[in-house]
Amino acid sequence: MAYDKFDILTSTAVPLPIENVDTDQIIPARFLKATERVGFGDNLFRDWRYNQDNTLKEDFVLNQDKFSGKILVGGKNFGSGSSREHAAWAVYDYGFRCVVSSFFADIFRGNCLNIGVLPVQVSAAFLQKIFDAVDADPSTELEINLQEQKITLLPTGESESFDINDYKKNNMLNGFDDIDYLLNIKKDIETFAENTPL
Amino acid sequence: MSATKTLFDKVWDSHVVHKIQDGPDVLFIDRHMVHEVTSPVAFLGIKNRNIPVMHPEKTFATADHNTPTINQHLPVADPLSANQLRMLEENANEYGISYWGLGHAKNGIVHVVGPEYGITQPGATIVCGDSHTSTHGAFGAIAFGIGTSEVEMVLATQCIMQPKPKRMRININGKMSKGVTPKDVALFIISQLTTSGATGYFVEYAGEIFREMSMEGRMTVCNLSIEMGARGGMIAPDEKTFEYVKGREFTPKGADWDKAMAYWETLYTDEDAIFDKELTFDGSLIEPMITYGTNPGMGMGISNDIPMADAVQGGATTYQKSLKYMDFNEGDSMMGKPIDFVFLGSCTNGRIEDFRAFASIVKGRKKADNVTAWLVPGSHKVESAIKEEGILDILTESGFELREPGCSACLAMNDDKVPAGKLAVSTSNRNFEGRQGPGSRTLLASPLVAAAAAVTGKVTDPRELMVELV
Repeated sequence: MAYDKFDILTSTAVPLPIENVDTDQIIPARFLKATERVGFGDNLFRDWRYNQDNTLKEDFVLNQDKFSGKILVGGKNFGSGSSREHAAWAVYDYGFRCVVSSFFADIFRGNCLNIGVLPVQVSAAFLQKIFDAVDADPSTELEINLQEQKITLLPTGESESFDINDYKKNNMLNGFDDIDYLLNIKKDIETFAENTPL
Repeated sequence: MSATKTLFDKVWDSHVVHKIQDGPDVLFIDRHMVHEVTSPVAFLGIKNRNIPVMHPEKTFATADHNTPTINQHLPVADPLSANQLRMLEENANEYGISYWGLGHAKNGIVHVVGPEYGITQPGATIVCGDSHTSTHGAFGAIAFGIGTSEVEMVLATQCIMQPKPKRMRININGKMSKGVTPKDVALFIISQLTTSGATGYFVEYAGEIFREMSMEGRMTVCNLSIEMGARGGMIAPDEKTFEYVKGREFTPKGADWDKAMAYWETLYTDEDAIFDKELTFDGSLIEPMITYGTNPGMGMGISNDIPMADAVQGGATTYQKSLKYMDFNEGDSMMGKPIDFVFLGSCTNGRIEDFRAFASIVKGRKKADNVTAWLVPGSHKVESAIKEEGILDILTESGFELREPGCSACLAMNDDKVPAGKLAVSTSNRNFEGRQGPGSRTLLASPLVAAAAAVTGKVTDPRELMVELV
């Protein structure tokens, strides 16, 4: 489906300084039973947010009022594990539009790009700067400028550039999705299919 | 540009329909496997666009993630699971896709039935909305997991858009020592690379250890490629592969077989081909493995002690959080730790060879009283073989029950959930927090290690229970 355009995002951030955050933490398998893309945000980080009796785990970052915003900042190797796009849906549905980490798992990164959540990969040093800044002052704002491929810590102006291929960048800037592109070359695909050996 | 190519390049390049400047390749997909959990929103997408499935004959649907593993003849009790299963059946019927649902003779885990019926073939591109699609790489196919948006793309256009991954080759020579299985080889590699060590790469496994492996063993290894971050893994097809594939329901016959063979025999890495990264290990040094933490990279030889935080890659905070969840301490020995559950099954270790291995240890012994064991075949075909080979008799004699096929406790979407705090030795693929049920604790291991734990009630080196070969 087509999604919101992404241009410049200025927001506070929610820090999750843990490495290897896997998709089973982002959304546990037992919450994958929906047949429509609704309500996944309620179960984002379900078992880190709630005790087994459904009371809140007060110390988890999403349950702390001082942290909020549209940017989720995670430790290295964010989104490892399963291919469930539900993980990206949960991140989006909760209200995040951007995930920042020093390293992303492949499938999660691709899923984010396909639904309009921007994965921003920064250096380990810059990631630490963000964690430190947000920890010291949760009202710290970050600016993500997709056109310029730049992430900036607004209070200090420190910034870093990030990679994204031109095709995906253009998709995100305009809210385009891949299926429209593929449908436009359907004739080429049909010709190709006729000549495949298998 | 060099004319020499890797196996991966040969298969990938021959499937590129269109290249986008500074963007992904448009890759044609030969086989699309579909299951109930990651497909409903994709079907909804094409329905909303009012477009058909482009190649229903290249699309195969089976129910596995959500299905119960007992009383499959009864209606599924959980309304949400039942709804997902019904949606898959309706979608398959509406779009003319073959559907092997619950109760169907060919039903089973998608990555087990694909090879069993010859849907999986060398040199094919195979995708499924499941990260363990990498399993099919054992046949020299490019196979990998995709998200639901991509499932929709494949349904609509038989293509996805992917930047071409880099190439990595992992060479392991030597033979597997006593008590070592393909699962141990894979867990060893992941322990060396970490769960992100192969991210961005597609792996080719090469060397004696993989050449000597059965097709089932190769599937176990390729299955776990995703656990080191790789998009997928593959092994060059050989006589063993062709022998396995021949005569199965969906494999080419007659003149088509000869034509396919002519292509398949070209599927190897050229001698001078260049990899972006190449790693070599000595296979004779690999021991039976076990994990002690909350990701598959946290594994070690079963007789070792849990490493100290300062001896491992990655941050100490994350490491200690993981051990705290497991209720283990740095320096602990794993051997002798009492366990509560044993799970034999999944797309990693739910094949006939895995049940043979499990039976070889439990034969003549009894299940420990403190252990709940779930033995779940990967498919009805595996289930039949278990019965025909007399393995069921051995299991029954030892106090074990055989359940019905499905993903089961690997991800605990059905009722097969390990309770909070309980410790499970599992032949599945992920030991993430809560993976086998909220609060559950998982030790990943081979079917031999699982069997040793099942009969002793604690973590046990299977070599101690193995009959000496004369």
